[in-house]
Amino acid sequence: MVEITDVVCSLCGCVCDDIVVEVEDNKVTKVKKGACAVGKSKLMGHGRIEEPAIRENGSLKECSYDDAIKKAAEILAASRRPLLYGWSSTVCEADKVGVELAEEIGAVIDNTASVCHGPSVLAIQDVGLPSCTLGEVKNRADLVIYWGANPAAAHANHMKRYSYISKGYWTEEGKKNKKLVVVDVRKTATAKMADVFLQIEQGKDYLVFSALRAMLYGYEDVVPEEVGGVSKKELLETVRMMKEAKFGIIFFGMGVTHTGARHNNIVNAIQTTRAAHTHTKFNIMPMRGHYNVAGINQVCTWETGYPFAVDLSRGYAWYNPGELSATDLLIRRECDTALIIASDPGAHFPGESIRHLAKIPVIQIDPFPNPTTEFADVVIPAAISGVEAEGNVYRMDNIPIRLRKLVDTEYMADEEILERILEEVRAIKEKEGE
Amino acid sequence: MISGRTIAQGQNLDNKLSEEYFNEVATCELNGSDMEKLGVAADEPVKVKTSFGEVVVRAKEKEGTPEGVIFIPMGPWANAVVSGDTHGAGMPSYKGIDAEIEPTEEEVLHVKELMKTYMG
Repeated sequence: MVEITDVVCSLCGCVCDDIVVEVEDNKVTKVKKGACAVGKSKLMGHGRIEEPAIRENGSLKECSYDDAIKKAAEILAASRRPLLYGWSSTVCEADKVGVELAEEIGAVIDNTASVCHGPSVLAIQDVGLPSCTLGEVKNRADLVIYWGANPAAAHANHMKRYSYISKGYWTEEGKKNKKLVVVDVRKTATAKMADVFLQIEQGKDYLVFSALRAMLYGYEDVVPEEVGGVSKKELLETVRMMKEAKFGIIFFGMGVTHTGARHNNIVNAIQTTRAAHTHTKFNIMPMRGHYNVAGINQVCTWETGYPFAVDLSRGYAWYNPGELSATDLLIRRECDTALIIASDPGAHFPGESIRHLAKIPVIQIDPFPNPTTEFADVVIPAAISGVEAEGNVYRMDNIPIRLRKLVDTEYMADEEILERILEEVRAIKEKEGE
Repeated sequence: MISGRTIAQGQNLDNKLSEEYFNEVATCELNGSDMEKLGVAADEPVKVKTSFGEVVVRAKEKEGTPEGVIFIPMGPWANAVVSGDTHGAGMPSYKGIDAEIEPTEEEVLHVKELMKTYMG
């Protein structure tokens, strides 16, 4: 038995890096400390896609890596409008090869940001983001606001490691000297811990941000007695806490990006943070979901100039999320093939878009079988990043952290699979050129 | 209707073809008084209908959910009834969908059966 310390979790955007596991006979046998229930489940492992496979007459037939890679390359090389989607549950090194492949075949490359914090990215491009690192939050924050986010379920270590419960240099007494405000439609487990819980009506986030902004700028007289289901009294109490804080932070989640005004909600959230600057230090940060969704946004930006929904078919990068997000392409039935890696649109896309995805040739690269596997035509199993393969990822505050390899594997890493596909695609194109 | 994460949904993210995932995600959380109004008990099937589709899930009482709101954990069952319209922003409408809910005799589809409805 070997004990491995400083293990980095490859599940959510918290990227906890203080985990201790036990490894025996090349298997993680115990998660001793550090990981939350969700991260622990990931590290202990689940049933795998055991062999590469190609669909023949409706069912998947096992084949060699060579055959699956060759088939994938043939499909992509013959495609007129390929979509390369996913990229958030793998490492930056693989993402980089993905962008190269997209460029080679003139694909649209999109990542899971388009169904999580895509609107946040649009808002940040619009008005910027007064933000900080999670380390600063841990050491300084005395007011933590979770808005449309339920870390108790989705980022279970977030409060303990970085925000409300954590103890830092100027916050050595932990939550004793901190305040927690939660804004949500449901009284979630996170909301139950809050000093102030603003239970808003679904889709009314924009109004509540606007009311807080007005109050922070001193115009409380224009705010009615109730806004979006929240009383003026509760709003005034929240504003008082914001003004009195030494260091405040708003963490926002899908409750804000998935509804109503989408990116305009986030613009308003950022402007509320700015309004708080007239009184004190305040920050805002999106609660990124996948452990490396921030990383693919980084890689895609430094390679193409844009973070997601990028069309490389024109010979230069073209960015237009409302036209080029995977969902939009699929609903318009525009793409004729899709490579899906490190994500699961079969489970996480609206039914309307899955209908087209299920009809076109789909290549799936993933360690685990999932709803996308049900209609994938070429299935290529991959090593699990952070357990069987190493590489760099970006935490939700855009801090790069290197995932560690804990056990050996026979499975190919995402990066190698993509390099092999790219090599095959180039060989096919060269032959065609001749 | 809104959708979102739960702990068990997250624990089975890499295990979506399992019974554990099915038991957690093919459900619909609602307020006790809404359950009474519908005349459904915990774990009984309900049909959720929207302009974008319909799906059968099992009812689950959850006090923190306000009256008139249902919560379906993010996943294939929620996505059967959400809207793909991104309003030019790239983001589908996963939350805030008008839905009708009623008791049903129909069975909840397993994930493989649900995916079959998109094929062919």
